[in-house]
Amino acid sequence: MSISKVKKKKGVRKKYPLKVKNIGKKFGGISAVDNVSFSIEKGSITGLIGPNGAGKSTTFDLITGVTGADTGVIKFNGEDITGKRPYQIANIGLVRTFQITRELKEMTVMENVMLAPKNQIGQQLSSVLLSRGRRRVEDQEEEMLEKAWETLDIFHLDKLANEYAGNLSGGQRKLLEMARVMMMDPSMILLDEPMAGVNPTLKNQIITLIKKLSKKGYTFLLVEHDMDVVMNHCNPIIVMHNGGVILEGTPSEISTNERVIDAYLGGSE
Amino acid sequence: MKFDIEMLFKNDLRIIVSTFIGISFLFIIVAMILGLDFNGTVNTIQRIMFLSAVYAMVVLALNLQWGYAGIFNIGVAGFMLSGVYTMAIITGDPNGLIPGLGLPIPIGIIGGVLVASLLGLLIAIPTLNLKADYLAIVTIGFAEIIRYTANALTFKTFSIAGVEMGTGAGRGIHLPMNPIRGIYYVDPSNLGLGKTVVGEYIFGFFEIIQVQSSVVVSWTYAIVLIFVVGLFYLVVYRIGNSPFGRVLKAIREDEMVANALGKNTDIYKMKVFAIGCGLMGLAGILWQGSYGYTNPTTFQPILTFYIFIALIIGGSGSNTGSVIGGVVFASLLFEGPNFVRRVIMHVFKFDQAPNSIIEAMVPISSLDFGPFIAYSLANISSLRVVFLGLVLVYIIQNRPDGLLGDRKELAASIDISRRPGAETKGGKGA
Repeated sequence: MSISKVKKKKGVRKKYPLKVKNIGKKFGGISAVDNVSFSIEKGSITGLIGPNGAGKSTTFDLITGVTGADTGVIKFNGEDITGKRPYQIANIGLVRTFQITRELKEMTVMENVMLAPKNQIGQQLSSVLLSRGRRRVEDQEEEMLEKAWETLDIFHLDKLANEYAGNLSGGQRKLLEMARVMMMDPSMILLDEPMAGVNPTLKNQIITLIKKLSKKGYTFLLVEHDMDVVMNHCNPIIVMHNGGVILEGTPSEISTNERVIDAYLGGSE
Repeated sequence: MKFDIEMLFKNDLRIIVSTFIGISFLFIIVAMILGLDFNGTVNTIQRIMFLSAVYAMVVLALNLQWGYAGIFNIGVAGFMLSGVYTMAIITGDPNGLIPGLGLPIPIGIIGGVLVASLLGLLIAIPTLNLKADYLAIVTIGFAEIIRYTANALTFKTFSIAGVEMGTGAGRGIHLPMNPIRGIYYVDPSNLGLGKTVVGEYIFGFFEIIQVQSSVVVSWTYAIVLIFVVGLFYLVVYRIGNSPFGRVLKAIREDEMVANALGKNTDIYKMKVFAIGCGLMGLAGILWQGSYGYTNPTTFQPILTFYIFIALIIGGSGSNTGSVIGGVVFASLLFEGPNFVRRVIMHVFKFDQAPNSIIEAMVPISSLDFGPFIAYSLANISSLRVVFLGLVLVYIIQNRPDGLLGDRKELAASIDISRRPGAETKGGKGA
């Protein structure tokens, strides 16, 4: 079988950095994710929706290596990442945030953000311990610090740089998580409910930001329960139900589909 | 009310030095009350300094593992023992009662540190994925296995590839003569052979102020140890205040996050565990090395808990706090009660303490509390544990972050609280 099976849609050759094929995961006797397949287009903001327990977060966990898939293949930029460890997947540019924010509470916002960059010389013990290496570490730290301040500016966290992350509000924590993954220079970002608990003003800011980044070529896949956000800003949308994908399509296709309405959008009992 | 330490002292070195001076001053007063002569006073302070330095070293090593990376190692005593015993076996006299390899002391020290850290690595590989409490069980189990091994008659003497060596089992093992003596004596193992030039001068000087030569020698060693504490501090500081330390902190806070941000946390944990254990081994060597002899009883689990108490008091996660914790623990909490007993006994001139609690309690019925107090004081080493428990409860309730734990020690090689280009704007403010 040839690996690069380029999908054709309306004659335009599109790029699909993330391809998920027939992945499945069972917890005990329950199939959390069952035979799920989809491809995410480069530069898109794809929405992943579905009722609670549909398997969205588990799908994220499988893609990012937090949980090992029982079946199926996951490819990122052509590379098979099935069974890879989370840190390996993150380092090749596929990063995620968590549904329940996992800020590093007793570290400052700046420490949180400075943790993320890849290839830090100062993460090698030898260069940290020896005076000769430390000079280079310090130079790199200065560079990263500059970038960190810029990133904090973008996410409106600059005034909170020296605050402990544990003191941030729910919405600010969401922003911090996003700022942190952006410092990794990713090419694709999985966001698990980025709008949950975020006030409307901040929500708009996050959306604007995501749109701006997607125009620059970043690819987004987001799990979100806020239907306004999903319907207005995500395209395509993937709908999951009971561990499987029931539909993939444009917002208008989704909102008129019988099965989706039954499963999710408030169908009759 | 709480006094604000940060207000009193601005920088860390000053805090440490002030603590040292303050505690020395306290013990000078104690010595004066006890009516000790100058030599005795100097000797008392030496003992306090020595023990403080030892604790500061081990607490710093533990801070690296527990304070930074959150690795709950309660096998500290075992790693200290491994270091000391390896050193003893490497340097032991091949023709001695308990034969050793007869190699020079520096090789013994390096060997001891390496073995302690390799054992750390050995434990780390299969266990670091365990949750904190399970790792704790494994490490304390390991420490006890090591101690029982050192205690076992089977290993009193044994031979590897025809080379005789041994642990000496329950009777303990001899350690090489403290090389510090070599500064003052021509032959450290036979003082009768005379003094070196340095010895002549220095002893001569201290004789004038009536300090005995043995006290001078032990003071020299204490000073060396204080210097080594500085080295420990530097190593732990450099590891902690760096991008490496940032990852360690992240592991402590939420390992999954560190992993999701592309850090191979297992490798970090193994490295930091091995280094910490090596430092514990070194601290053990420098501590027991001054006694010329050690035995397995020294390394009971309670030692590990003493180290933990010292770290909690000082402030887990803070290097300066670790040193303060070590000093305060060793001087006030560990040695302190003994001096309290001596002072009270001296000042109130208590008679012989009763032999049993009954003899101590009976006179209370006739409102004579003397025997009871005398009895309590005579058993103050047992009461010390109660006292430690009370201090710990107080600290956890009132200063849960320890004396210095609530300070922001940012894990970075540079000051990341400021904003480059925007002077004073990004700072913490007044």
